[in-house]
Amino acid sequence: MEETVEYAQATGLLGGVWLLVAIPLISAAILLLLGRRADRWGHWLGVAAIGAAFVLGLSFFFQLRGLENKSVELSLWDFIAVGDLRVDFGLLFDPLAAVFVLLITGVGFLIHLYAVEYMAHDAGRRRFFAYFNLFVAAMLLLVLGNNYVMLYFGWEGVGLASYLLISFWTERPSAATAGKKAFLMNRVGDAGLAIGIFIMFATLGTTQYDEVFNGVGALTGTTVLVLGLLLLLGAAGKSGQFPLQAWLPDAMEGPTPVSALIHAATMVTAGVYLIARSNPIFSANSTLQLVVVSVGALTLLIGCIIGAAKDDIKRVLAWSTVSQIGYMFLGVGLGGAAYALAIVHLLAHGFFKANMFLGAGSVMHGMKDQVDIRRFGGLSKYMKITWLTFMMGWLAIIGMFPFSGFFSKEPIIVAAFEREDWTAWLFGGAALLGAGLTAFYMTRLFVLTFHGPQRWTEDIEHPHESPKLMTIPLILLAVGSVGAGFLLATSVPDWLTETAGLGGEHAEHEAVLSHTVITILSLLVTVLGAGLAWFLFRAGTATAPQPAGVLVTAARRNLYTDTVNEAVFEKPGIFLTRALVYLDNRGIDGLVNGLAAAVGGGSGRLRRMQTGFVRSYATSILAGALLVMAAFLAVQAGWLA
Amino acid sequence: MTELKLPSIDYAAISPILIMLGTALLGVLVEALVPRRWRHVVQLTLALLAVLAALTMVVLSADERIITAGQALAIDGPTLFLQGAILVLAAMALLLIGDRSVERGGAFVAQAAVTAESADDRRQAEGRNGLTEVYPLTTFAIGGMLIFVAANDLLTMFIALEVFSLPLYLLCALARRRRLLSQEAAMKYFLLGAYASAFFLFGVALIYGFTSGIPGRTAGVDFATIHAAVGESPASPVLLFAGMALLAIGLLFKAAAAPFHVWTPDVYQGAPTPVTGFMAACTKVAAFGALLRVFQVAFADANWDFTPVLGAVAVLTMLVGAVLAVTQTDIKRLLAYSSIANAGYLLVGVLAPSRDGLAGTMFYLVAYGFSVLAAFAVVTLVRDDDGEATHLSRWAGLGRRSPFFAALFTFILLAFAGIPLTSGFTSKFAIFGPALEGGQAWLVIAGVLTSMILAFPYLRVVVMMWLSEPGESTPTVTVPGGLTSAALMIGVLATLVLGVAPAPLLDLAAGAAEFVR
Repeated sequence: MEETVEYAQATGLLGGVWLLVAIPLISAAILLLLGRRADRWGHWLGVAAIGAAFVLGLSFFFQLRGLENKSVELSLWDFIAVGDLRVDFGLLFDPLAAVFVLLITGVGFLIHLYAVEYMAHDAGRRRFFAYFNLFVAAMLLLVLGNNYVMLYFGWEGVGLASYLLISFWTERPSAATAGKKAFLMNRVGDAGLAIGIFIMFATLGTTQYDEVFNGVGALTGTTVLVLGLLLLLGAAGKSGQFPLQAWLPDAMEGPTPVSALIHAATMVTAGVYLIARSNPIFSANSTLQLVVVSVGALTLLIGCIIGAAKDDIKRVLAWSTVSQIGYMFLGVGLGGAAYALAIVHLLAHGFFKANMFLGAGSVMHGMKDQVDIRRFGGLSKYMKITWLTFMMGWLAIIGMFPFSGFFSKEPIIVAAFEREDWTAWLFGGAALLGAGLTAFYMTRLFVLTFHGPQRWTEDIEHPHESPKLMTIPLILLAVGSVGAGFLLATSVPDWLTETAGLGGEHAEHEAVLSHTVITILSLLVTVLGAGLAWFLFRAGTATAPQPAGVLVTAARRNLYTDTVNEAVFEKPGIFLTRALVYLDNRGIDGLVNGLAAAVGGGSGRLRRMQTGFVRSYATSILAGALLVMAAFLAVQAGWLA
Repeated sequence: MTELKLPSIDYAAISPILIMLGTALLGVLVEALVPRRWRHVVQLTLALLAVLAALTMVVLSADERIITAGQALAIDGPTLFLQGAILVLAAMALLLIGDRSVERGGAFVAQAAVTAESADDRRQAEGRNGLTEVYPLTTFAIGGMLIFVAANDLLTMFIALEVFSLPLYLLCALARRRRLLSQEAAMKYFLLGAYASAFFLFGVALIYGFTSGIPGRTAGVDFATIHAAVGESPASPVLLFAGMALLAIGLLFKAAAAPFHVWTPDVYQGAPTPVTGFMAACTKVAAFGALLRVFQVAFADANWDFTPVLGAVAVLTMLVGAVLAVTQTDIKRLLAYSSIANAGYLLVGVLAPSRDGLAGTMFYLVAYGFSVLAAFAVVTLVRDDDGEATHLSRWAGLGRRSPFFAALFTFILLAFAGIPLTSGFTSKFAIFGPALEGGQAWLVIAGVLTSMILAFPYLRVVVMMWLSEPGESTPTVTVPGGLTSAALMIGVLATLVLGVAPAPLLDLAAGAAEFVR
């Protein structure tokens, strides 16, 4: 049953959707162009730009609610018009885009606010806010574009902003290396996305969403499979999914607000957005869906296992991000109504993960940038607000009733059990196991940081709570972590099904287990995991690395994925570049240098003809005139024609 | 006797020309009557207002397609587009010419008659206000150019050629510094220009002889007559081809195509930099406007005969410009050779016998004009105590000293090199595309190869500015006043906008790309 996708023209207030992208972009440009002159007030401009975008986003959202066709398009101008390739510079505002806009600007605004204080002592604060605004503009373009080229534009934009912000503290070699790693691994994914877009154009002749989605039905299964796999590669690169997950934890070298906004709440979910947006492509091929689900399930387990073995507070959170996005991939891969569930989890995750990252930043702020959880302990007494807000995030992520994670994660687990064959057990089981592991490592993190004996380094005497500008965003995000789940889980799925091309009929299968049983099971594993961690770590832990078994050692070393990367990509890559350099030096350079020498020599000789004497100029003009006349006459006589 | 029949004249359609020439005459009166300290302001305002008024009239008569003043002037799409282009670029050039903040008293000599290099000369160079005769001369030149692109017969064209050339010869001699070089340049330009005019005039005579040799037709040198005569499988084609060759030589000289380019580097180097910019932008538009009209209106049916010859000239021009640019050590000479190479690319557009080709050529002229004026604007800023520091070695490390202007100049150089997202890319695309479709692949291949050679000298300057350490002799960049800044920013912005969103101007050019006969 083919359902055609149709977008209406944007009218009235919605004609101003482009402002969402323009405002942060202009603000970023001002901050970068004015240079030091903007140092004193630049950060407030950055905050105001995102605040304005949020208010606009809200008003557009309410406007959209009143419309019949909830997908409106706005063509700004012909971006590329070469031969058959026509790419619109157009925006699409529909329910899916709307929730992303609210997430990006809403959470983005709070994190901007937090960063004003967090970066207060950094000389590069203005530059930081410029990049931050640039990121928001690119991210909004990514979710608002009405074709894949626009999406790619935003995609590269957020990649650039992320790279600039990861290596923001350029004086740290580790930050520079992490920036490069993120950049390179993203390139692998981006290349996949780019080739996918090429294939779209080659087979369908367009990159506009509506035309692509309406045309997918006419493609062969193999084409759809290849196209989908390439898009998935792009999504995996950006979202830190297997096999391109290694860059994300290293990206924590950037300032903490960056980790919160880009590497937890928004950019890394771009892959989920891509797959959700391309739903008609992924729904068209069941093999494709199976691959997405497998990637999601595998990644969520990898993230949990490695997260349990790390001691760096931000890295634990980073691996938990990898794992939670695994849940989202699982959701979008399941198709049907589970798409909406994944988006709900994405939104809820945006709140509680941003909350915890900012909490971690607050802890680091009070502990002289210490990041090792073995060196914390007992902080609940000193940082009351951070402790309480972090607790909300912790309860949310482990899926405790009635916090938001419960409402967003548990339906995905149920949906995984609803597959029609034995894979229900496989994926459902993985999701359930993941829930238990998540409870374990997040509880470990929470207990080691805020409870148990103090294991601080000597130079810390009295940790202090962070200033108001940092705690207020924390409180607001904590409220979101508590309340958002229930609200989101009840309203967002209905809202999202009105997205053209998204949702559709849900192929109902009986779950292999009843809903109640699954709910009880998932709560049970959560309590078990959390209880076990509490029991093990309530008395603190050793401050030095302990000898460990095979699994923990492997997890500490990122399950050897870096080693695999090195063996599979880096070594052959290095060999290949060496071989090419050799070829280049010996062969191509010789040719080029020879040509260059010929041109240079010729130029030097010809130059001598430019004597500076009018008489010789006149002679050369006369000679030229005779030649031209002779040539004309020769042509006329038929000698040359 | 026969009664005298006056041709009807559409004054509205030719009003831009009248405005410019009238203002020039007014400018002469201003020189005579207005007190010295007011002259600069009055003249500059007058000239700019006139350009603005003329431009308004061009815009207002955008849909005019007529031949008026007998057969003398054709006001049609290309005329109006090119007149508009000349006026916009001339306005930018006037901003550069009028600037007195970069050099005290302006870029022009205070007293042209003093002996160069004498003590008097040094005193005038110290900052006495420059000659204001510059403005009437410039407005005369602009007026001549406006006629030149509208001329519909060879005699009008010749007169227009002289009207805009004579003021240019004078303007070249008026540099405040390096007077000898400037005077030498003017002298060379004058002698060689007169020489080329003679070729042109001889060509006009031969063409007249050719048309009078066709039985049953009145002889004449207006383009409709020539076109009809060419179409009649003529009896004495030698006259036609010899005449065509001589006309081409006269026009190719103004366009700075090889082998008639020899004057270009010397004159570009010696002339005051604002005038060099004016010549590089506006004279190019005028010369190619005339070339387009002569070859696509009068000689359109001899298409198969002139294409190989002009094609060879185009390839030679591109090669000479690109190869010689490689070893230049003076920035103005480098830009001169780049301008020669660009004349070669423009010839490729002239030889693409289609509407798209014509539109592409006109687009190229505008895009190149903006970039080259911006480039010369930057050249006026890099200076030391002795005036502009044009030797390339002096530009080493400029990126460290003045990153902003170095970045602007880098952008312009990248545009010249044809990097995408600049107008240099879109305009080359606009010319090479139609040429390829018109079956002139060999010209396009030559064009692409020479662009690669030409990229080297541009990038060498970029590398020098950014990667070399500033030496002790690296001059500083003067922060320009409003006029030069405005011209520079307009040029850079146009280069960017035409590179990113060329469609509106391309559409405008395509809409205008049809000659009337």
